[in-house]
Amino acid sequence: MVESEHDVPARFDVSMDPDGECRLRLTGRLDVVNVSGIQQEIMAAIDRHRPRRLLLDLCDVTYLDDFGALLISQLRDSVLLRSGTLRLANVPEHVQQMLSLIHFDEGDVCRPTFEKPTSDAVSRLGEATLQLVFNARYLVSFLGSVILSFGYAVVHPRALRWNDTVSLMEKTGVDAVPIVALTSFLLGLVMAFMAALQLRQFGANIYVASLVAIAMVSELGPIMTAIIVAGRSGSAFAAEIGTMRISEEIDALYIMGFRPALFLAVPRILASIVVVPLLTLFSSIFAIAGGLLVGVLMLDLTAAAYLNQTVDSLTLSDFLWGFSKSIVFAAVISWIGCLRGFQVRGGAASVGNAATSAVVSGIFLIIFLDAMFAFIRNYG
Amino acid sequence: MAEEPIISVRNLTARYGEDVILEGVSLDVYGGEILAILGSSGCGKSTLLRHMVGLDRVSAGSVVIDGVDITTCRSQEYHRTLRKIGVLFQGSALFGSMTIGENVALPISEYAKLDKGPIGALVKMKLCAVGLDGYENHLPSEISGGMKKRAGLARSLALNPSILFLDEPTSGLDPIISAEIDGLIRRINQSLGTTMVIVTHDLGTIMHVADRSIMLDKSRKGIIAEGDPHELKRLSSNPIVRNFFLRQAREPTAESESRS
Repeated sequence: MVESEHDVPARFDVSMDPDGECRLRLTGRLDVVNVSGIQQEIMAAIDRHRPRRLLLDLCDVTYLDDFGALLISQLRDSVLLRSGTLRLANVPEHVQQMLSLIHFDEGDVCRPTFEKPTSDAVSRLGEATLQLVFNARYLVSFLGSVILSFGYAVVHPRALRWNDTVSLMEKTGVDAVPIVALTSFLLGLVMAFMAALQLRQFGANIYVASLVAIAMVSELGPIMTAIIVAGRSGSAFAAEIGTMRISEEIDALYIMGFRPALFLAVPRILASIVVVPLLTLFSSIFAIAGGLLVGVLMLDLTAAAYLNQTVDSLTLSDFLWGFSKSIVFAAVISWIGCLRGFQVRGGAASVGNAATSAVVSGIFLIIFLDAMFAFIRNYG
Repeated sequence: MAEEPIISVRNLTARYGEDVILEGVSLDVYGGEILAILGSSGCGKSTLLRHMVGLDRVSAGSVVIDGVDITTCRSQEYHRTLRKIGVLFQGSALFGSMTIGENVALPISEYAKLDKGPIGALVKMKLCAVGLDGYENHLPSEISGGMKKRAGLARSLALNPSILFLDEPTSGLDPIISAEIDGLIRRINQSLGTTMVIVTHDLGTIMHVADRSIMLDKSRKGIIAEGDPHELKRLSSNPIVRNFFLRQAREPTAESESRS
């Protein structure tokens, strides 16, 4: 029975009554499948007659859904546009129910209203500025609460979650060793290879070792490591804390009397500050190993000569700069990761945005601070 | 009840940005009672709870808990007041990286300077009390929604607070589990004398657990009715209140009412 009803296609028939009223008779199922097939034809037929009065006979409509109702609504609009009238006749009970369900009689109910209200450029600029100010305020207050929490942890070392800190060190540090080692090794290899192509022309092969060593220890080692940590751990911090935020876990911490910054941010920042300099050291060592491989295989240097040149060209100052940079980068990456996590509001999309933003702002800050370091070192 | 209220909210106004959610709400909660805050979704029940415990800052008005106005007091005093309250959050808010036992032990180990042994024993007692004995080493992701609520309840009771706030304790649970949670709440109230503020729209909870109820309404942005829920259901002439009780009665939660 239902099967056969489905088979009844929608049809229509237009006729003009002697008194000038146009009669449109609809038959069959007016549903999502059928309506689109006949809609244009119906509208074209109505446009040909351009009636002032339209009578819609729904007697043989076996089924009508909101797609069918949309057709009727469009017919009503086209008649009203000509200051005419639309009359429904022989409306079956089920059609009447559907029409009342969507408040068809209220006229403008079929106008779309779900478009997002768009604000003009000036108010958008204003909103963006206010947002920036609020963000800056939050940034400063979060920085303050992290510093206070660090101070509290120094005075009350037992209040710090040492177990969490150690496991975070493992996640941020030990687990990152393979990827840091591999990328640094390849970076050292490529750097040495590129340098060798140029320096070989002048017989200055041995300086490949100096180039790789100085570049890695004071510049690229800290930056590469920081970028990898920002991608691996900065985003993880933001996502973890953000998820805790939306599942009310941070509220629960607060109610239980814990300081969320001390409980969540301090272990992460501390763990990063401890392991990132070590990772940076690994990074430099592996890059030098990459350079050594090129030196020995391409430039006919002995391993001892390469390593001697490496040691000779490095100064304590290079080490110290690289070391201090990596500490600052670690603090900044983990701080921004935690900050983005705490800023999460709403749902899952917000957590994703926080993770992305943690990486983007982390990398930006690394490059920015590196430029500051370079400036201080050369002119300070 | 002539005694002093343990919680006193006066003219509380709550807003998120431009939106005013609640305006001029005043209510009292007395020691040992179970107060249900009712209302349909979006009427500001959870908002009221968040403001009552200080998770959100009030726009105007005061919230006095046990003599301390938490909207104006110093942070130390607020933290002392927090020791007296527990909150069961809607989603239980268990820490996903910790086992159920560690979750319950967390507040105990922070405040009660005890060794691992006694803390473990206390955790076991708490979990026994909520019917979760033997689940100490499960992660929250390994247990069902109803068990999470129980575990959240055990954690919120960890330090035996004198006031317990419960945000939709039975939401998302089937009628049988809901009735069990309701029974648990009642037993805790009777055995520990804990004052309870329950935010809910579950008629079963309201009728079986609450001593007194207040009803919020979205259009009024405040309280529209107050009193014993049975009397409200029977006697209220307010159409919104009548509607709330009547409509709810047609929904499955009514089964739990007729069953017990």
